[in-house]
Parts: sequence; C-alpha cells; structure tokens
Amino acid sequence: MSAPLKPLPVWADVAVIPLVNVAAAFVISGFVVLAIGENPLEAVQILITGALGDLEGIGFTLYYATSFIFTGLAVAFCFHAGLFNIGVEGQAYIAGLGAALVALHFGFLPGYFLVVAAIIGAALFGAAFAAIPGYLQAYRDSHIVITTIMFNYIASAIMGYLLVEVLRVPGQMNAETTAFRSTGRVPQFHDIMGALGVHWPVTPFNLSFLLALAAAFAVWVVIWRTRLGYEIRTVGANPTAAIYGGISPARVTVVTTLVSGALAGGLAVNVILGEEHRLILEYTAGFGFVGIAVALMGRAHPVGIILAAILFGMLYQGGAELAFDKPKISRDMIVVIQGLVVLFAGALEHMFRRPVATLLARRTAQPPI
Amino acid sequence: MDWFGAFIVVFASGLRLAIPLILACLAGLWSERSGVVDIGLEGKILVGAFASAAGATFTGSVWIGLASGIAATIAVSLVHGYASIDQRANQIVSGTAINMVADGMTALVGNAIWSQGGRTPELPSSAQFEAINLPLAREIGAIPIVGPIYERLLSGHDLITYLAFLMVPLTYWALYSTRFGLRLRAVGENPAAVDTAGISVRALRYSAVVICGVLVGLAGVYLVLSQEAYFQPHMSAGRGFIALAALVFAKWRPWPALATCILFGFLDALAIRLQGVELPVIGPVPVQAIEALPYLLTVVLLAGFIGKAIPPRASGIPYVKDR
Amino acid sequence: MTIEAGTAPAAIELIGIDKSFGPVHANRNVNLVVERGVIHGVVGENGAGKSTLMSILYGFYEADSGEIRVNGEPVRIRSSREAISHGIGMVHQHFMLVPPLSVLENVMLGAEGGVLLAGGASAIRRKLAGLGKEYGLEVDPDATVGELSVGLQQRVEILKALVRGAEILVLDEPTAVLTPAEADQLFEMLRVLKSQNKTIIFITHKLREIMSLTDRVSVMRRGEMVATFDTAKTSPPELADAMVGRKVILKIDKGAAHPGKVALEIRDLVVRDDRGVVRVDGVSFVLREGEILGVAGVAGNGQSELLEALAGIRPLSGGEILVDGEPLPPAEHNPHSERVIGIGHVPEDRHRVGLVMPFEACESAMLGFHYEKVYGKGLLYSRKAIIADAEDKMEAFDVRPRAPLLKTANFSGGNQQKLVLAREIERNPKIMLVGQPTRGVDIGAIEFIHKRIVAQRDAGKAILLVSVELDEIFALSDRIIVLCGGRVTGERKPEETDPQDLGLLMAGVSERAA
Repeated sequence: MSAPLKPLPVWADVAVIPLVNVAAAFVISGFVVLAIGENPLEAVQILITGALGDLEGIGFTLYYATSFIFTGLAVAFCFHAGLFNIGVEGQAYIAGLGAALVALHFGFLPGYFLVVAAIIGAALFGAAFAAIPGYLQAYRDSHIVITTIMFNYIASAIMGYLLVEVLRVPGQMNAETTAFRSTGRVPQFHDIMGALGVHWPVTPFNLSFLLALAAAFAVWVVIWRTRLGYEIRTVGANPTAAIYGGISPARVTVVTTLVSGALAGGLAVNVILGEEHRLILEYTAGFGFVGIAVALMGRAHPVGIILAAILFGMLYQGGAELAFDKPKISRDMIVVIQGLVVLFAGALEHMFRRPVATLLARRTAQPPI
Repeated sequence: MDWFGAFIVVFASGLRLAIPLILACLAGLWSERSGVVDIGLEGKILVGAFASAAGATFTGSVWIGLASGIAATIAVSLVHGYASIDQRANQIVSGTAINMVADGMTALVGNAIWSQGGRTPELPSSAQFEAINLPLAREIGAIPIVGPIYERLLSGHDLITYLAFLMVPLTYWALYSTRFGLRLRAVGENPAAVDTAGISVRALRYSAVVICGVLVGLAGVYLVLSQEAYFQPHMSAGRGFIALAALVFAKWRPWPALATCILFGFLDALAIRLQGVELPVIGPVPVQAIEALPYLLTVVLLAGFIGKAIPPRASGIPYVKDR
Repeated sequence: MTIEAGTAPAAIELIGIDKSFGPVHANRNVNLVVERGVIHGVVGENGAGKSTLMSILYGFYEADSGEIRVNGEPVRIRSSREAISHGIGMVHQHFMLVPPLSVLENVMLGAEGGVLLAGGASAIRRKLAGLGKEYGLEVDPDATVGELSVGLQQRVEILKALVRGAEILVLDEPTAVLTPAEADQLFEMLRVLKSQNKTIIFITHKLREIMSLTDRVSVMRRGEMVATFDTAKTSPPELADAMVGRKVILKIDKGAAHPGKVALEIRDLVVRDDRGVVRVDGVSFVLREGEILGVAGVAGNGQSELLEALAGIRPLSGGEILVDGEPLPPAEHNPHSERVIGIGHVPEDRHRVGLVMPFEACESAMLGFHYEKVYGKGLLYSRKAIIADAEDKMEAFDVRPRAPLLKTANFSGGNQQKLVLAREIERNPKIMLVGQPTRGVDIGAIEFIHKRIVAQRDAGKAILLVSVELDEIFALSDRIIVLCGGRVTGERKPEETDPQDLGLLMAGVSERAA
C-alpha cells in the first residue's frame, strides 16, 4: 500500500488542484480537436471571439451563463447536504409548466405582478417535483440518484403528453403553448437599453441574469449564514454529528431538495419567461446536466459556480460560432468538454493530488543535514 | 388484421426492442453485483454503437464492426473501473461523466469524419448481421397458432439476438455455479469477507467491469449492425437508463432481468403501435403514460410500496481495507 | 497421541512484535508463546493492543518488526491467504460473512476447490457433515446466513476456518455478541476442538471466561505483554491487577462533595442497539446535584447505549427518565429539547459524533446550540458573534491555538476535546452527561479537563461520568456504579473500594465475598 498523503497547503487545495483538474479536461479536449484535424489554438481563438468579441456574443454568452448559474446552484445546493441530484433537468422542465400556467392563466394580475407570479410558479413546481425524490430518500430509503434519473423521464413523459394533447394551440403543428402577454415576460436587455436610448443588439439576454446573481448570493447567505445552511452542511459532512446536535437529517434532506428544485426553476425563468415566451417541447436541452459540470467545477461555491457558468456560457456561445466556422468541430465538442470536466474535476479529482504533493514537497524540501 | 396476428407483430417488435435492454441490463448486473454502480450504461451503448459503425464502415466487415464495438466499450468501462476501484471516486459522478463524454464524442467524431451531422453512412447488408432462419421456419409457419410463433417470433433473428438470449442462462450459470460467480456475488455484498478469505477484491471488480463492457458493447453493436445499419447521434435514446430501471426492478437477478426487459420492450412496442390510435371510451391513447410506466414502476418498487428492491450492500462504496 | 509440552515446538511464537499506526504505538515488543493443543487466553482492557496483535498474526497488518513462528518455523504472513496456508484461522469480532449467501457458499468462499462449484460443493458438504458430527458443530448448509442467529453465524465462521484446515484458531472477543447460553455452547465447542489437539487463542476482557475456559492466559496492557500465567495457578484478582497495572493514580484537589437534590433519575431503563440487541437491561440509579456519578465498566457493556439514550439520541425500549423529579415527556426525549432544558452531553467519540471535522472551530463550537439567538438575532447568523463566542470558549478552556477559523480537524485531540467540553459547559447546563472525556488526550489536557469537571460539580451540577479508564473513575467520582452486560453489578464509594474490587464487578463477578 502506498504511504498516506501529507495534507496539502490550503492554497493548493483551493486553487492548484481544481485548476490542474480543469486544465487536464481542456488539454484533452485540445487533443480531441487535434485528432479530428483542426488546430486547437485557432479553435480557442474563434471560440473566445465568438463568445466575447462583440456585444451580441456577450449577450448570448450571458444568456447561457444565466441558465447554468441556476442549474449549477441547484446541483450544488444538494451537494452541501451530501445529496446528488441528477434530476435538475426534469425539475426545470416541470418548472416550465408552472411558469407557463401562471403566465397564461393569471392575466388578471396587474402589470409585472404577472411575471413575478410566474417566477414563483416556476419555483414552486420545480420544488414540488424535486421534493418527491427527496421525500423518498429521506423517509423511504430509496436512492435519490436512481429516483431522480427516473423522474427526468417521467417529467419528459408528462410534459410530452401535456404539450401535445392538452396545451397545444388547436390547429397548430408545433407542440407549444400560445405566447405569453408582455407582462408575463422577463424584460430583455436590449429592450431596456433601447428604452434608455442606448443601442444594444437583439439577444436573448434578459433580466433573469440579475435574478441568477441574486440567487447565487442568496445561496451563499443560506449556506454559510443561516441556521438552515448550518444544518445542511452538518448533515452533508457528518450525519451522526447532526443527530447529536439535534438536527434531523430526513427533514434537512426534504428541505434541501425543495430549495434545489426551486433553483432549477430558474432555468424556466431564463428560457421560458425570458426568451421563448411560450412553453416548448424539450426546452431544457440538457442544461440541467450542464449544472452538474458547473457545480463540480465551481466546487459548489456560488462564486465558483458563477465563474464556471460564464465559462460554459462562453463555450456554448463560442461553440456555436466555432461550429459555423469549422463545421468539423460541431457543438457536440461542448458536451465532450463538459463530460471531461465532470470526469477530472469530479470523479478523478484526487488523481493529481499525489503528483502535485510530490512536486510541492520537492520544491519546499529541506536539504539533508 | 386478426388480433392474434397483431399480437404476434407487437410482441415480435417488443422482443427486438428488448434485445439491447437485456444486454445492457445484464452488463449492469455484472458490474453492480461486484459493487461498482454503473449509471454510464447509456453512454457505453453509444460508444459501442459508434465504434461498431465505424469499424464496419471502414472495413466492410461485420466481424470487425463487432470487435471494435466491444473493444471500445471495454476501454470506457476500464476508465470507470479505474475511477471507481483505484481512485475510489464517486461512482455516480464517474458514470455521469462517461454519459456526457460518450454523447458528445460519438456525435463529434462522426460528424468530423463523415460530415453528415454525426450520422454514419448506411452499411451494405454484407456489413450487417443477417437474419438466421431456424430450420423449417416456412413449413412450420403454416401450422395455426404454433406456426406463426415459431416462424415470426422465434425464427428469423440475427446472431446478437440469439446471443442476448443465451447470455441470460449463461450469466445465471456463471453467477450461481462457478467459483468466479460466487466470489463476485460475495464481493458486492461484503468485500471484507472476500479479502479475509485471501481473494483480491480489486481483480474481481475489474473482471466484472470488463464483462460489463463486453455486454453493454453488444447492446450498442446490436443497434447498428442488427437494427439500423448506421450510427446516429443520441441513438441510444435512454435505453441505458431503462436497462438500469429494469435492473432495479429485477432486483439484480438474471431471469427477472430478462422478464423485465421483455416487459419494458413490449411496452415500448405497444406505445409505438398505439400512437394516434383512438380507443373506444378512452379516446386517444396517452402513449406517454405507457412510455413512463417502466420508470414509474421502478420508483414505486424502490420506495418499497410493492416489495423492496435492495441493491447489493457494498455497491457504490469503494473498498478501503483499513478501518 | 498426546504430545509432551516442551518436546514439540510451540504452535505459535510471536517474538518482539512491534507495530505503530502513526503516533499510536499499538504493540511494543510483544512476545507470546502458545503451545499446541491448549486454549490460550489473551486479556487486556480496550485499546491494550490485543486485536492489533491478532490482525498481525492473520496477515491483515504487517508488523513493523518482530518474528512469527508457526510450529517452530519462522514465517512471513503478508496476507490472509498466507495465514490460512499456515493453518491459522480467525473468527473476527465482526463476522466476515456474506449475509445473503447460504452457509455452504460462505464456507466455500475462497476454498471452492475448482472453477465450478458443483464438485467442491459436495466435498464441502461432506466435510461440514463430518465436522458437525465430530465437534457438535451442526448447521444447515443451505440456510441463508443472514437469517441465522448470531450464535449460529459464529459457528459458520468457525466452520469456515476448520474447512480450510485450520489447526490454530483465533477468536477475537467471541462472546461480545452472544447470549450467555450461546456462550456456553461456544465454550463446549472449543473444549471439543481442544480435545482434538487444535490450538485456540481466545481474546477477551472477561475474566470469568478466562477462568472457566483457558489453560494459559497472557495479559496485555498498553501495547505490551505484561504477564503469562497458568490459569489454574492464577486468580481473577491477580489478573485484574495485571490488566489494570500499577497506574499512577491521577490525584486532583477535590474537596468533599455536597450532593443536593436528585437532578436525574432513571428507572428500569432498557435500551437496544441498532441491531435490536438489548444493551441496557433494566438499569436504575439517581444522580444528585453537586456530585459526580462514575459509570465504570469494560467497553461494550452498555455504557454507550446508556449515554446515548439519556442524551435523547437513542430511543428507550423500556423504563423512564425523570428530570428534577418529573418524567421526561417523550416529545422532549431528543437532543435538542434536552439541551434546551439544560442537559449537556460530551459524547464518547468526538470524531464521529461530537465535532464536524471539516468545519471551522467556531462552527463546531456551536453544534447543538446553533439555533440560539446569541449567534444572530434575525434570520442571519452574525459571524462576529459566532467567532466571539468561540473565542470566549477557547479562552475559557485554553484551546490552542486560539484560532476560531482553523478547521476542527487541525487541532490536536486534547484541544478538540476541550472545545467539546467548552461548548457543553459554557451554556451552564444543570445536568452533564460526560463520555470518555480524556480518550486520546495528552496528560496535560487530562489534568485540565478533570479540574473543569470537578469545578462543575462544585458549582452544583449533576454529572454522570462514563469512562473505561479506571483511574479516571477513581480520580473524579463521588460514587461509582459498575455496568456489566447491561446491568448494574455493584455500587461503591471510591474510598471504600480499589481497582481489583471494581475489576471483579466489571468482569461480572458479583459482590465480593465478605
């Protein structure tokens, strides 16, 4: 057996190891690009230009980043309680239903109260759909990973049925609802800038971004500055100590999944209320799963999540440009990177620990006396 | 069409749909019985499908297609094995990563090589598995009831189909009648007992992971070389997760796994068949309800409302010798 | 075919075995000779190094230095497989069984006798039947192990070893999980094995078992082998003496107690462990204000369950708890409510229970009190208040370093323990439940912690002290009760007793003959 590892200095633990892990994911992605016959450096350049090169690119990047902040927070919130929520995709999908039902049927609400109510609708539906697996984990001992996977498909079936058979506009081919009235929409950035007399290119970037930042801040506050967060972190770190401290792990599990599902609802706010303005089939497009990569890369910390979400926003926007310029590097490249980030920042997070520790030890080693 | 004939048609199509489920489910069974949880079956099916399409396209040989499909899934399985066994990783995270990489990589590379949006060229029939007609299929087919069952249900499938059905008794036999099977069942329940008996936990789990790779590879190969004749991005379409559900539903046992996969395949065929059909009283069939049934049943079972599905006790937990 | 002792080589010789785990020196230069065909007991308190020594013999750990001889031959044992090949079989304290498999399959595991099970299975079936007849070890080979009683499961463990041809059988605390009747059956079985010239090493801390079963007995204390006796020529007091040793009794300045009114009373308490086994079996006592009631006993005799039940962590299976003369309502029998009404709890295991290692010290210092208004009046915590509160506690209990933001795991054991005590004492509870307050704590911290506990008593608190360290019990207690097998076997005043007397009570030898 190998010798036990000496603990790394804090700065190495917080900064070096995660960076090495993410770097490994990107280096391998570079080799993939090379292998399909393209120049990785050129690809990076196109990608960055596409994502940040002009206001339009930035708008799209931030729009995607908004989605990923929400789904990343949803996944990370559960991480703190030691729970793995793979069901953010399905929870967000159902949250879209909540948003749409309110936006379509609560038209009597004055002004922008409608969109506020729709946001609450999204959060409630997402929370409720997440709480079922949470409850089953807490009180029926069924593994939340399996249940949330199953719930993704159940969500897909429910939504497929509702959109095709119930909510579809009669006579319409597409399985989608009618468009929401304007007070049921989250204002888009270019409209606001236009109203202020500033030109901004038309992008889906909308005020949900501010809500996402607020949610990130709120998550930080809840996790590190409230009794609930204290209880969540205690259950995640040491359930036995939690019981000793008078905390019920079962109750904490249910509450955590409720909050996580509500955060997943943020995806519906950004995409359904902020851009599509109608409920459409399969609108989540795998963004719930991107949340897993974002949460792992961001080390479940809201600041890390915002940074990781912006990076993934760049990848999604720049990746679209890249696929346009270099048809060989299709947008699937982004999914590959995302998977490699999960692999290296998640599953193999300790792989580079020993090499880094050895390297540091060599640098700081005292010469033998 | 008469009801019996229709039933035979739906059932035969259900059987075909069940084949990849059976193979993937058995793959998961081997892995999880050894204590390595595998939610990466979905991704591995894609990898197997893509590699077999690529192999068969480049060489025109169905056998090289088969071999490359299996080799590729073994490689992916070993990555999961390395993470789970040696790196003591969170096996759920590792499986998630594999699903993502597989989903992206197969589409990316397929598109880069053939520039058809990730689709591979259609294979000539010489590069596909052909149907094997059982002896006297046509003649016996004329006999009522028994005939159609023999001709259309039992005869006329390809190699992998028969292989898949063979794998069930084979898995059962290997698990319950061989030394390896005994040790494997033990290591998924209590690795310390295996260790103190002087048996390597690591070697057992790696073997299981490789077997998982072979079987799930066959599931992918089947989609391309038996069913569609080409690879298409995301063509696994959730089969890996249905297989996972079937595994839970079958409580990690081979024969119930077969039954569950056939049931799930049949539900799938029924859903396709009833698409747009108006039934008396009920009206249009809510096809989605049938599609969601496997997942719903699994959740209900897992929650202990009907029976109880208890996974192998050590599954998902890396083995650490020192206490 | 009796072999004269001395003419044949010893079955096992351990020579100069040394083993450390990091800073813990588990075995120091241990020597042990076990003759063939005897039952050799190894006794010692918890943590004396018995299990480590046996794990080395069975190849689970490798010794840092020293030599092992089997039948006179020097051998290296690097794995269980090698131990088995030298004819050593082990029955672990926690059975190494696979519950869903059958008895036959469990016995076969690792000794299948071929790639296919069928051939080996019939051979092992025959062997099992033979062993069953020979030694009275009958068990249905097709039964599922998980459905067998604990006693039968242990029998399966013994059969596993015998089927593999074990000549030397090591049993680690085999009676810990058994009912008295099952233990008697086990002893009968072991005597039969001995009569067949098998060698048995029997590890225990129960002197009654040593006296009734073994031929020779070796005593371990703090990692060392301190004495070996012929059982017939020794006595429980002599063994207790060797086990406990001539410890430096920690003297602390402690005036007479002035017990006040009854603060806590328990009546006929029955508590079960996680597996449903009764661990506390009808225990009753009173605890008064201003006194320390020491609960002595060898680990695993119900103290842990008693403490957890009193703290509201473990449900009661019978009996009742009275606080200030009033029965504790079931709704308040939980850790949170008990803290609110003023029952503090220093748990036995600070790593697993009392602290959250990845947390900052200031966060660990509020566990269980985290709902209090001191840490922030509104919805939010005040970091300032949390840190200030931790600083106060660290100051008052001299926790070093005084770093509220340092991770809990980075403090030494003594300072971690001081942090737990600070947390539980600073909220001024009227009743304190204290478990193993100085386990794994350095000498300086021990003295400090003891003084604090006495100071609490002098302040009128009612203190229940559970400790497996006899000197700690003596140093602190005003009254001592002894638990053995979940029952109170005696009550003493510290000035009217001595370690030997308590040792007998702890071993279940009730009331010394007057």
